[in-house]
Amino acid sequence: MSEDKPKNLSRKWSQVISVGWFLAFRQIKGSNKSTTFLIIFIMMLTFLNLVVVSGILVGLIEGGRVANKKQYSGDVIVTTLAGENNIKRTNEIESTLIKMSGVQNISTRYISSGQVEANYKTRRDFSTPKDIAGTQVTGINIQDEEALSGISNYVDEGSFLNETESGYIVLGKNLLRRYSEDFGDVFASIEGTYPGDEVKVTVGKNTKTFIVKGIVSSKVNQVSLRAFVTKQDFLRLVDKADLNANEIAIRINPNSKITPDGTKANLINAGFANDGKIQTAVEATPEFLNQIRIAFALLGNVIGLIGIVVASITIFIVIFINAVTRRKYIGIMKGIGISEKAIEVSYIIQSIFYALIGGLIGLLITFVLLVPFFDAYPLNFPFSDGILVAPIGETMFKFGLLLLVTLLAGYIPARNIVKKNTLDSILGR
Amino acid sequence: MIKVKNLTKTYKTKDIETPVLRGIDLNVAPGEFLGIMGKSGAGKSTLMYQIGLLDHPTSGEIILNSKNTEQMSTEERTQMRLSELGYVFQDYALIPELTAVENVMIPLLMKGFSKSESCDISIKMLERIGLSHRVDNKPGQLSGGEQQRVSIARAMAHNPKILFADEPTANLDTISGYSIIQLFKELHDKGQTIVMVTHEEEYAKYCDRIIYLEDGKIVREVKQK
Repeated sequence: MSEDKPKNLSRKWSQVISVGWFLAFRQIKGSNKSTTFLIIFIMMLTFLNLVVVSGILVGLIEGGRVANKKQYSGDVIVTTLAGENNIKRTNEIESTLIKMSGVQNISTRYISSGQVEANYKTRRDFSTPKDIAGTQVTGINIQDEEALSGISNYVDEGSFLNETESGYIVLGKNLLRRYSEDFGDVFASIEGTYPGDEVKVTVGKNTKTFIVKGIVSSKVNQVSLRAFVTKQDFLRLVDKADLNANEIAIRINPNSKITPDGTKANLINAGFANDGKIQTAVEATPEFLNQIRIAFALLGNVIGLIGIVVASITIFIVIFINAVTRRKYIGIMKGIGISEKAIEVSYIIQSIFYALIGGLIGLLITFVLLVPFFDAYPLNFPFSDGILVAPIGETMFKFGLLLLVTLLAGYIPARNIVKKNTLDSILGR
Repeated sequence: MIKVKNLTKTYKTKDIETPVLRGIDLNVAPGEFLGIMGKSGAGKSTLMYQIGLLDHPTSGEIILNSKNTEQMSTEERTQMRLSELGYVFQDYALIPELTAVENVMIPLLMKGFSKSESCDISIKMLERIGLSHRVDNKPGQLSGGEQQRVSIARAMAHNPKILFADEPTANLDTISGYSIIQLFKELHDKGQTIVMVTHEEEYAKYCDRIIYLEDGKIVREVKQK
């Protein structure tokens, strides 16, 4: 007896769903094609609104994070600990990293605050200020940096440094007024200055003259506000007594199973926790960027949710009108013994059909069209190249949310009509 | 089969109460063909709707197949309508977007028959009433008489114990009307219990018994067989 109850219940529900499906399918088949198309179109726009608006807002920050990781930090970055001048035991860290599983490239950078002075040869009036820009003079191993960040790909004017040459410098574009004037007075920058021009670089008490070899263009501050020289030139300029560096950027092989967190843990386990600040790219992202990302995601979701409310009202109205105009037939069906649940299920299936088709088209547009499009042609913002961020899990959650809301928007008006007195419905009272 | 005791029905609006049935007592035997007649507004259809469980009476008892219907839940009443009762309405009451065979299939699907079983039974039912050539036509493509036949096929497909018909010939021409009544007679001859509301004497003569209503009361009863 007790076993029969759930069996009967499941049989009853299977009949309800079977009749609901039968009625819904025929109603959709018999409905006006342009109305069906319009409802599906609205559902598609709702889904795109839900996914794309927040995706682009988040993508503005994410684009910056991706660029930061690609052009600057790698997957893990070791920097100087607070209160220290450099990363201790740099050589040992380098040797450990070279042997470490999953590590693809490392780039060791030597950094010192300094100044770049331009146009000093044409400065006749010494009462006028020098044409100076503060910068971080960065000494790099060209091959290592190229392998890690592909920095030469970002050269906008001239060319990048060469390991076999000396006395050349590559300037980040925001050190030049012609590039940075859009930012107002945020950066001190120098006038003119093209590849082939000479600039004076001062670090501490040392000053050296360099020939500008190229201008590197990037939206990552650690590239666009730095001046790059070879490691050898840097060491000559700075009079460094040791070979301890200031940054070690680490790129993990994308095919390896090792994660950034794993690499960080390996470095800590190897005993380098007190030699430098070891961070994953995510941890190295400035906190304000994370806050902006959260705020943008929230804003996008609010806009998306407003869209969902509008879509659910649309579905509500469509189903309500459909149910009201078919009230007599609903009454007849109840009259001949069709259960209320089966009739309600038929309306729920109809609303889900609209949301499902609209959502699937939206998914297709998102992943086949929009994501590849924004990857190829990112939105050009001053601080980042905005991409469309649409993680599969989150997007499917939003798809599910749309289906759920639509289900309710279909059920409520259907329930309101179905629960009315059977005879009143049949007689249209 | 049907026992009605002191049945009343009063329609109430804000300030007005309109009594439509005023204490009806009625018994219908298994296999009987009962006709309900009376002038417009006499309460014929209202009585049928109460007995057919499409509405709740204001007071009184309706006992169908030994079950007191007023003690049943909404779900039980729906289940009883599905398994034991069949309905033929004056305006056919077919679902417009469904074909003839699909209209007949719905109650069968609800009863738990598979789609193919329902379809087979429905086609046989439509063949039985001479509509084998119309199975895939939608109601809008059928004449009034054909629609009413589909409606009868739908009412009969699940072998109901009682068939209720509310002026089934009212919207039909004479020939179609007669063909419908002939169909009812055939069903009755095979033992089907039928309760039919009609205002047409020439069709009522096929009934075993006719009750006449006036102002919500049975004023006359005529046994014909």
